[in-house]
Amino acid sequence: MCCLLLVARDCIMFVLVDMVDTVRISPWDFHKRLNDAIAEELNKKLANKVVYNVGLCICLYDITKMDDSFIFPGDGASHTKVNFRYVVFHPFLDEVLVGKIKYCSQEGVHVTMGFFDDILIPPESLQQPAKFDEAEQVWLWEYETDEGAHDLYMDQGEEIRFRVTDEVFVDTSPTGPATATEDTAAQPGQSTGPPPEAAVEKKEAPYTLLGTISEPGLGLLSWWNN
Amino acid sequence: MLSNFEIFKLLTDLKEQRKDSGKNKHSVGQQNLNTIMYETLKYLSKTPCSRQSPEIVKEFLTTMMPHKLTKAEKLQVLNHRPQTAVEIQLMVEESEERLSEEQIEELIQTIAEILPGDPEQENKTPAEMEEAAENS
Repeated sequence: MCCLLLVARDCIMFVLVDMVDTVRISPWDFHKRLNDAIAEELNKKLANKVVYNVGLCICLYDITKMDDSFIFPGDGASHTKVNFRYVVFHPFLDEVLVGKIKYCSQEGVHVTMGFFDDILIPPESLQQPAKFDEAEQVWLWEYETDEGAHDLYMDQGEEIRFRVTDEVFVDTSPTGPATATEDTAAQPGQSTGPPPEAAVEKKEAPYTLLGTISEPGLGLLSWWNN
Repeated sequence: MLSNFEIFKLLTDLKEQRKDSGKNKHSVGQQNLNTIMYETLKYLSKTPCSRQSPEIVKEFLTTMMPHKLTKAEKLQVLNHRPQTAVEIQLMVEESEERLSEEQIEELIQTIAEILPGDPEQENKTPAEMEEAAENS
C-alpha cells in the first residue's frame, strides 16, 4: 500500500491519522464529483482494515489537500495524490474501555467491542484468585469475603470494563511463494517429502489488544454496580 | 480533540448521506465501510456520547477547568460518564493525591448534572422523574 503516515493526533480510543496516498479513479467513475469519487476509493481501500502499527481504520474524516490529477499512458484511469485524515481505532496505553465477553479459553477472557474483536485479558491479568472452569469453559473470580469464597463467573455476553496494557501488530501482508528447501529434491523411487503442513497457515489477527481487569472498578460492570 | 461524541456524530451524518446515495452503497467495495459503520454506531449508541451534543460537551469542558484534569482524563470522563468514586479513580491518575474526597464527590455531581445519563438506568424511580419533568 502506498500510504504514507505523517502524524497521528492522540486522542482517545479514536485517533485522527494524517495520511497520503495516490488514488486511482476508473474512467467509469469520471461522472462523479472528484471529492466523492476519492472519498469512495479511500473508504473502499481502508474502512474496516487494519493498517500495520496504526490501528483499525473506521472512515474518512476529511481531505486536506488534493494535487492535480494525472492520466498515464496505457491506463485510462486518473491518478490523484491526496492528503487526508482518517478516523482510526487505536486506544492509548492505560485507557479504560468497555466491551462484552465473547468467550473464555485457557488463553484468557476474549472480549469484543462489536466493531473490534481481538481483545484478550490473559489469566495473570484477571482479578486474583482466578480459576478456569473446564466443564463450563468459563473463568471465574474466587472472591473472598468474611463469609467465605464467592465465585463470580465471567459469562459470555457480560459487559466488562478493562484497561489496555499492550497492543500487538502482526504484519499479515502476503509473503512470496515458498522457496523449495534443499532436502525436498525427490529422488526417483523414493516416496514424496513430508506433508505440506506449511501450506495451512494459522490465521493471526493483525491487531490485538491485551488488557487487565485486576484493579478496583475493572471487570464485569455488574460486580461494581450496586 | 476527538471524543466519542464527535465520532458518533460523524458516523451518523455519514449514514444519512449514504442513505440518499441509492444503490451504490451496496456494491462489494462499500461492504467494509457499511460493516464498520454499523458496528461502531451500534457500540457508540450504547455509550453516554450518544446522548451528548456540542453544547453539552462545551459546558462540560468549561465546568471541568478548575479541577485541573489532563485532556486524556477529561475525555475519558466524557466518554464513560463515571458515577462512582471507584470509576473516577480508574480514569484520573493518582486521584487520591490530586483530589480530596469532597472534590471527587463534587466531580461526580457535576458529571451527573451536565452529562445526560441513560434514561433506562434512571427509570428506577419513575414517580420522581415525572415530578422533575413537570417542575423543569
